[in-house]
Amino acid sequence: MHELSIALSIIEGVEEEIARRPGARVTAVHLNVGPLSGVVKDALLFSYGLACEGTSLEGSRLKIEEIPIVLYCPVCRQERSAHSMQRLCCTVCDTPSAEIRRGSELEVSALELSSVGADL
Amino acid sequence: MSASPRLVEVRQKVLKRNDLLARELRQRFQAAGVYVVSLVSSPGSGKTALLEKTLSLVRPNARVAALVGDLATDNDAVRLRRSMALVRQITTGTVCHLDAEMVEKALADWNLADLDLLFIENVGNLVCPSSYDLGENLRAVLMSVTEGEDKPLKYPTIFNTADLAIITKADLAQAVEFDWDAARQNINAVRPGMEVIALSSKTGEGMDRWTEWLLDAARRPFRCK
Ligand SMILES: Nc1nc2c(ncn2[C@@H]2O[C@H](COP(=O)(O)OP(=O)(O)OP(=O)(O)O)[C@@H](O)[C@H]2O)c(=O)[nH]1
Ligand SMILES: [Mg+2]
Ligand SMILES: [Zn+2]
Repeated sequence: MHELSIALSIIEGVEEEIARRPGARVTAVHLNVGPLSGVVKDALLFSYGLACEGTSLEGSRLKIEEIPIVLYCPVCRQERSAHSMQRLCCTVCDTPSAEIRRGSELEVSALELSSVGADL
Repeated sequence: MSASPRLVEVRQKVLKRNDLLARELRQRFQAAGVYVVSLVSSPGSGKTALLEKTLSLVRPNARVAALVGDLATDNDAVRLRRSMALVRQITTGTVCHLDAEMVEKALADWNLADLDLLFIENVGNLVCPSSYDLGENLRAVLMSVTEGEDKPLKYPTIFNTADLAIITKADLAQAVEFDWDAARQNINAVRPGMEVIALSSKTGEGMDRWTEWLLDAARRPFRCK
């Protein structure tokens, strides 16, 4: 269970970001999560709620977008989706590939802000 | 008074602080000429046993040190100190993994230039350590034959972030009817092409391949993540 550490890191990063935008309040945080990030969605949602308490993000929502695994297939010579995390093979020709192009993401992609009057 | 919410795009890695610190560590390791190997596995797979054996085998050929992560005790550090001088315990308390900051702090007063090889034993856990780059050059994931062949499929992320798989406790393989082919297939399915080494820290079988591999890897140019 390291989702609490992850949630704290999200909050830290977002607070840094909004420090540059006086008057803005965060109502939602958009997060891209790939299956290979090692983060469990439900555990993270739960931890996020807890971690936000008493911070400027209290009451904000975490919106998680799950990013599918994409790998480079050396046979097709292009990016392809993978069967699954348990079978990192091209879905077209079944060639195994360790060249992962997407699916390890753990990043904040956007913030929903409501202004309290001032300029954003 | 409040306007409708607006969407602001940001692109920010959640673990960027850890990633940056890990990159700095990797640069320091490279500048000092020390090769850093981390070991991850579930609790009890044999990380400390492998380190005890490895340290005594490579010591004549290399200057080695170890950092050992543990939730609560310093038992592993005590075990390792028997085989060598430089061992430091990192007690993580309730944290289930090491991160780059813990490694940096633990190394603070060490002169890295005096070392050729540094091992980092992570907290026994097949889930959480996968997300945290420690600045290591090589991450080895251990699975013991007594855990069953399907561990890679159950914990694909940790295997996926590793560079080498080590199957430990080979001396017990027969007793538990360990299926070597299935294990190798499962490792290959979650991390195509990853090297697999089988060994026993008890009998020493397979240890020569591992230490050769290690000393050879330490001599190769550093990889940059
Ligand atoms: N038969 C046999 N037993 C082993 C071998 N390696 C380790 N063991 C035993 O397995 C148990 C756990 O080994 P450790 O080295 O402490 O495992 P660990 O991964 O460091 O454990 P944690 O640090 O608690 O996660 C001990 O009782 C070891 O003696 C081996 O190669 N063969
Ligand atoms: Mg140990
Ligand atoms: Zn293909």
